[in-house]
Amino acid sequence: MNDGSPLAPETMPDIVQPETATGPALQDVAIARLEDLQEKERIVVDIDGKEVGVYFLNGEVRAWVNMCPHQGGPVCQGKIMPRTLQLVREGMKSGGLGFSETERHIVCPWHGMEFDILTGRHPSNQEVRLRGVPVRVVDGEVVVSV
Amino acid sequence: MTDPITRPSIRNLEPIHSRSDTRDVLSHATKQAAKSYDDYFIVDIDAHVSEDQFWSEVLELVDNDVWRQIGQDQNRGFGGNNALLNITPGLSQQSVGGRIGHQGRREPVEGVEGHPFVISARRGMDALGLDYQVVFPSAMLLLGMHPQDEVEVALARAFNRWMTEVTLPQDDRLKGMIYLPYNTPEACEEMVERFGADDNIIGFTVCSTRNNAIHSDVYMKLYAMIEETGKPLAFHSGYHWGDPSFAQLNRFLSMHALSFTHYNQIHVTNWLINAMPERFPKLKMVWVESGLAWIPFLMQRLDHEVLLRPSEAPGLKRLPSEYMKEMFYTTQPMERTNMKLLQATMESFNSETQLLYSSDWPHWDWDAPSTITELPFLSEQAKRNILGLNAARVFNLDTTRKKPAAAQVLQDRPGVS
Ligand code: FES
Repeated sequence: MNDGSPLAPETMPDIVQPETATGPALQDVAIARLEDLQEKERIVVDIDGKEVGVYFLNGEVRAWVNMCPHQGGPVCQGKIMPRTLQLVREGMKSGGLGFSETERHIVCPWHGMEFDILTGRHPSNQEVRLRGVPVRVVDGEVVVSV
Repeated sequence: MTDPITRPSIRNLEPIHSRSDTRDVLSHATKQAAKSYDDYFIVDIDAHVSEDQFWSEVLELVDNDVWRQIGQDQNRGFGGNNALLNITPGLSQQSVGGRIGHQGRREPVEGVEGHPFVISARRGMDALGLDYQVVFPSAMLLLGMHPQDEVEVALARAFNRWMTEVTLPQDDRLKGMIYLPYNTPEACEEMVERFGADDNIIGFTVCSTRNNAIHSDVYMKLYAMIEETGKPLAFHSGYHWGDPSFAQLNRFLSMHALSFTHYNQIHVTNWLINAMPERFPKLKMVWVESGLAWIPFLMQRLDHEVLLRPSEAPGLKRLPSEYMKEMFYTTQPMERTNMKLLQATMESFNSETQLLYSSDWPHWDWDAPSTITELPFLSEQAKRNILGLNAARVFNLDTTRKKPAAAQVLQDRPGVS
């Protein structure tokens, strides 16, 4: 699980800082049953104006602020797609494009930036990333701290 | 003892898709407006809404009986909303496999009075915090490459009528620029005569994706007529994968990145080297949708060559970059991965007076007004100029506030996202 610790400043200049980055002490909020999240893969919620996307992948749970580092779009409300790979065959020849069978991406619906569900990082620039929200599972409930 | 787990009321936010209400899709932009630019006067010089779903209405207005019949027949059959157009659907990969779903959106408009195009446009303007928006047909951006000149003319006449008779009169905040069927100069002159005085028409557009030399003598009368109206002439760039050079590029990304700067570079070069600014000094030229990075590049290239070969550009009284500083440029898609380069770029052509904000909404690489307000090196006045005051001057627009308060827009949206 991510610990929600502050991330280094992004390299993109037009970041809109999420409202959860500052403010009063964090509040634990149960947002769904784990099996519900497992079935849906992603649940996006608004908790008193704080928007959080919670994800389940490969037995792990992650929560990200619903704010894209590009132009502040609702990154968690877009599609979820497998990572696209450039395949290489013998002799360094191109094997064409293919989908990853393990890695899945959060796709921002505003302009298509992609972020790994588990790391929150952009595939081409690791410094461009989503802001984490502390999340844990307590008695079968998915609990975020916002 | 662990902290108690609270259960406040939680609102689920739905995934955004092509049927989502524009105000929900853009609610984060409305929040940005509420926070930092609600009191700005903002003009969006280039947006597209989604007129493809109303293409049958445009086809109905084609004045030539034969082309109207062919268009309507195609529209009912395999051509659909691309009837008579030279768009290649299989090569239109803007949505990145459906990842970005704005273009061609069909949002719910049931029960709301007015033309669905206008309802959709108004929602976009409100959500982005715009006072005015200039709308331009996406479907016709490639029409300059259509092999049948008469089809370009027929569609230009029909679209300009649809715009001036059907959509623009329904909302004072919507403005248009006349599509000029540039492969047929006489028809362009007819358009200027017919639509040039319309109050909702604030300029004229040539789609840059074409192979016409813009310094050709066949256009001199047209330029004189446009100069006389006092309204600007815009060149709207685009792409064309069929161009032999671009046929080497194997990804939409590569072709798109290069072609949108390519066509306007060619046209600016011809315009300058043939000293057109000396012949039409009052004609306001606007270069649309090529971003900004190409501008200092072309300034330096042309200055360098003109200094060495003045005999090939004998009409120029100044260096090309000096003329380029008097032209106007739209912002989108603004390159901003390197702030130092962007700052130098903006300084190179006096962006404070020459740059005009454009969103390109709802195309995949659209820019929100926050792309300007968030820039760390611009003064408050420069931001206001770029976002609207420069456009008010160039297009002669009233700067009285037209838009609703951002807080009101947030309150009124359907609220599902
Ligand atoms: S705001 Fe997310 S990709 Fe632009």
